[in-house]
Amino acid sequence: MAKKKKVKAVLMQGNEAISYGALAAGVNFFGGYPITPSTEVAEIMARELPKRGGKFIQMEDEIASIASVVGASLAGAKAMTATSGPGFSLMQEGIGFAKMIEAPCVVVNVMRGGPSTGLPTDPSQSDIMQARWGSHGDAPAIALYPDSVLESYELTIRAVNLAEKYRTCVTLFSDACLGHMREPVVLPDLSQVKIIHRIQPTLPPEWYKHYPENPKYISPLASFGEGYRFHVTGLAHDAHGFPTTRPDEVARMMDNLRNKIVHHTDDLVQVEAIAMEDARIAIFAAGITARAAKKVVVALRAKGKKVGLLRPLTIWPFPDELVKQYLSDVKGIIVPELNQGQLSLELKRVLGHRKTRKIVEVQKNTGELITPQEIINAMKEVH
Amino acid sequence: MKKIPQKQIHKYLRHNKSFPHVWCPGCSNGIVLGGVIRAIDEMGYEKDSVAMISGIGCSSRMPVYVDFNTAHTLHGRAIPHATGVKMFKPELNVCVITGDGDATAIGGNHLIHAARRNIDITVILINNNIYGMTGGQYSPTTPAGAKATTMPYGNIDNTFDICDLAIGAGATFVARTTAYHAMEIQNYVRMGFEHKGFSLIEVIAACPVIFGRLNKRGDASSMMRTMKEESKPLAVFEALPDEEKEKFYPRGVLVNIDKPEYTEKYANLVASLQKKEEAE
Repeated sequence: MAKKKKVKAVLMQGNEAISYGALAAGVNFFGGYPITPSTEVAEIMARELPKRGGKFIQMEDEIASIASVVGASLAGAKAMTATSGPGFSLMQEGIGFAKMIEAPCVVVNVMRGGPSTGLPTDPSQSDIMQARWGSHGDAPAIALYPDSVLESYELTIRAVNLAEKYRTCVTLFSDACLGHMREPVVLPDLSQVKIIHRIQPTLPPEWYKHYPENPKYISPLASFGEGYRFHVTGLAHDAHGFPTTRPDEVARMMDNLRNKIVHHTDDLVQVEAIAMEDARIAIFAAGITARAAKKVVVALRAKGKKVGLLRPLTIWPFPDELVKQYLSDVKGIIVPELNQGQLSLELKRVLGHRKTRKIVEVQKNTGELITPQEIINAMKEVH
Repeated sequence: MKKIPQKQIHKYLRHNKSFPHVWCPGCSNGIVLGGVIRAIDEMGYEKDSVAMISGIGCSSRMPVYVDFNTAHTLHGRAIPHATGVKMFKPELNVCVITGDGDATAIGGNHLIHAARRNIDITVILINNNIYGMTGGQYSPTTPAGAKATTMPYGNIDNTFDICDLAIGAGATFVARTTAYHAMEIQNYVRMGFEHKGFSLIEVIAACPVIFGRLNKRGDASSMMRTMKEESKPLAVFEALPDEEKEKFYPRGVLVNIDKPEYTEKYANLVASLQKKEEAE
């Protein structure tokens, strides 16, 4: 028997993978509040962070959690919290503030059934739109959504990296099923994983601007206590962070918040395309639902049917260009999702109406998953 | 108590951009700002070592004027933001500037839990008994019968005693004074900074333009005179007969106790865990 070098796989839960991914990415502050089905993340961070010299604090509610995260971020932390629907709703104002003052941080939303208390222990994908539009005011969002335990680990690292790079609050989606599911995973060699830290300012403090003009919209970021003594405010602000109502300064601020995302979609957007080269029918699915879709692709390809899958790993910014590229000329698109049509709404926005292409929505918001058979059944509607 | 010359204050102000300030004529916030700056000067803190965090409201506009690490956050949320700052960098001297509405209505939950936790944050709460920024709605400290735009027939709602609230929640340093007693502001804020643990300094303040006009309290100087007359030093207040007590309120340090501070306890935990790891 030939000896192979064995790579050790570990059995890991989705929420565990998020926690260890965060630690690998250098997260050193976690402020949180217990909520099913995300609580394991807080529990693991409470256990692991102090061992590594990091800080964990359980706050009095989710509003305080996101506030503590933003506060720690201002003080230089790689800061994170984890929550689910009701907590995500409570955090919206704080998330908007983090975006406004450009404080890097990550909010994990392990989605459960809603509205309201809904189905705390059952999966859902109904916060997709909330991550984009949940806070008042215009500000683009970055949101990622893995479909496996390993990818939960990888995308957590990526979420932290993107938060640091783009000085914003990044949402990492999971769901009750993915978060609680256990899979054997081989964790990547960390020496091969890129970890991004916010760029440190090198200018003398008197020249430092907290929101400098920068054609690439990626700027150094000072922290409290380092000699820069900057000001942040949720009010519209100028390059120094001081309040302003001057239309030109407000326009610059708003453009900056927008452009730093929309000018970097190439860097931000990731999709997985499976068997899309010659696909006549495509499935467009994310997260836990994409796993059923993958089964469908394998099963139908075995029968010679031209079926493919396009799976967005980046939900926001929505992969407009890649969706157009892959899905413009297919005959039918099946959009299975655990909500009343949030991804499909975006898909229709991007693709528009075409007589020769049918979009079939498969929706469930009962706390159950969509089965491969249900996706196959939906294909009958494509003629 | 060290009196710093008027000029010294300018060392701590951001003259480049943020003036003129937004406060109305006769507002007490400037007096409090002066007291806070003098207290920080007395402490000898480097400007880099001070973080001043506020919420939303008239008083919460203060941080923009001072040359520290400053954050003007969300309505009611100054204390949890400050908690994050203090947790991550305990070496910073963290203070919160807030008001009666910001800290005891929308932010009431955070106030009591920060007090319970005994985290080393110095809260300077400017109590003007009204929501000034939005034009005069009643707050949890608007006195019974007083008029506000949302209590046009006089306040029928019960009020908070902010110091009692903080003491009840476990604050380890609680003091009250008024904008009339400017040197006491400086003194108590300094004591708050010296105190290791959660401290709250309530400053009774005048809002002549909104609260004063609605309630016919006269101009700023007559409101200041009222503060002088209605407040009594704690010892004097306590010696009053019970029926007299209703006419006055006490000023002074109401609570000052030693109790382990949260970030120190956390640092001890980190140290003991790391020691354990090394041993293994």
